[in-house]
Amino acid sequence: MMEKMIFGRFIPGDSLVHRLDPRAKILFVFLFIAIVFIANNAITYAILLGFTLLSVFLSKIRLYFLINGLKPVFILMAFTFFLHLFFTQGGDLLVSIGFVDIYEEGLRQGIFISIRFLVLVFMTSILTLTTSPISITDGIEVLLGPFKRVKLPVHELALMMSISLRFIPTLMDETGKILKAQMARGSDIGSGPIKERIKAVVPLLIPLFVSAFKRAEDLATAMEVRGYRGGEGRTRYRQLNWRLIDTLSLLLLVGFAGLLWYFRS
Amino acid sequence: MNGSILSFDQVTFTYMPEDKSVKPAVSDLSFSIKEGEWVALVGHNGSGKSTIAKLMNGLLFPQQGTVKAMGLDMSEESLWDIRSQMGMVFQNPDNQFVGATVQDDVAFALENNGIPHDEMVVRVRESLQQVKMEEYLDHEPHHLSGGQKQRVAIAGALALRPRLLILDEATSMLDPQGRREVIETIRELREATGLTVLSITHDLEEAALADRILVMNKGQKQMEGTPDSVFSADDELTEMGLDLPFAMRMAGLLQQAGVPVTGESMTEHELVEELWTYYSNK
Repeated sequence: MMEKMIFGRFIPGDSLVHRLDPRAKILFVFLFIAIVFIANNAITYAILLGFTLLSVFLSKIRLYFLINGLKPVFILMAFTFFLHLFFTQGGDLLVSIGFVDIYEEGLRQGIFISIRFLVLVFMTSILTLTTSPISITDGIEVLLGPFKRVKLPVHELALMMSISLRFIPTLMDETGKILKAQMARGSDIGSGPIKERIKAVVPLLIPLFVSAFKRAEDLATAMEVRGYRGGEGRTRYRQLNWRLIDTLSLLLLVGFAGLLWYFRS
Repeated sequence: MNGSILSFDQVTFTYMPEDKSVKPAVSDLSFSIKEGEWVALVGHNGSGKSTIAKLMNGLLFPQQGTVKAMGLDMSEESLWDIRSQMGMVFQNPDNQFVGATVQDDVAFALENNGIPHDEMVVRVRESLQQVKMEEYLDHEPHHLSGGQKQRVAIAGALALRPRLLILDEATSMLDPQGRREVIETIRELREATGLTVLSITHDLEEAALADRILVMNKGQKQMEGTPDSVFSADDELTEMGLDLPFAMRMAGLLQQAGVPVTGESMTEHELVEELWTYYSNK
């Protein structure tokens, strides 16, 4: 199950989208999220869908892979679709089975909301799939830079994020080891009623917590010895460079927003 | 150049100074390390080794005595100056890997010290070459073996061009192969650059490579001398819970069995060498 999940996963590649500056991509996605709400009729939603598919194509991520990996999201999407289908009233009555009435407006809203959902999930997935976590962190750090003035600890937040990301696999390994160790001692985690299963997680979590604290302490020592004194006077090894293509991609998005605005009713 | 790079002068440290019944972790310890030396600090668990390591880099300050490093007295003011000239590698390979990839980790200390970007790129390459990890620039830590991670940690320390490299039990969590990799790396580094190294260890095989060994026991310095002279007191070492290197134990047993080997071979390789040339050298 874990292998299929694509939330937060990064697929290295060399597509146009991969090569964009992380700052451009983050800005792009945030603007896009706002722009999605311009759409309000069939044409604009069709344009939105087309634009998203174009982005998927440019990122060279296989559509099948994306759909397969986002299966849990589709369940949620179906849920909202049916919610609208059954409960939104307005327009002509299309079908009436027993106590369920389906109206034209309900169908319309259901489809629109589903498309909106789909494009948002696709776009954000493209961001995380084509940008390494460390680049996203770098991008966020730079983009949040202006907030340093209002005493937001931007550097610290970014460092926290990158260290957490770096330790995910380490802690996953550790969880696996503890799981095996507890199983070897006869603990049964995979079966039984929910209550029992939750109880069985406790002997898994406690050793994990203890070791995480130990790691944190070691890490703090190692960082201090290597001269870490906060963000002040620090230089950056990773350099981001904003190129023409990054500006162009954002301009394209602005143009796209204009197009949507023109066709909206 | 041949001055003392690190020295302890009658250093005493207690974790709980209020409580007189608690024995000091380190008591009345004096020693010094000269530029260019390889010194091993050995001792069993609880001998005060890790406390000494913390005293060296200013994580702890002694109640009595002085710690001097790079010609400066260790104090809150000189701390960062001293740390920038001293590289340290710790025990757990995972817990000291800060960066997301090998190159980020090596650059970490450089970033902290405000080294300009162009210089950083050069130094990262250079120090990874020194530990033969230059092909792993973009690797993530969980795709590396323990020995490789420790080599990256060494590179991270070297990138700052320190005058002293401290290995605090750096090989104790590694498998035999990883241990060999790390020790070999240190040996080559010493040959190439003459870097001063202090290895804190309970592995006498690692200590055997040093120029000088300090043996710690219960917070005090028990013995000091060349590996040969320290290892000749093998009963004392065994009493302290330290095991002689395999080759030396083997030589001792061979001598008991009437095979007149010299007992000077400190590594397996040397012992094998001595044995297979035994008849021709007679």
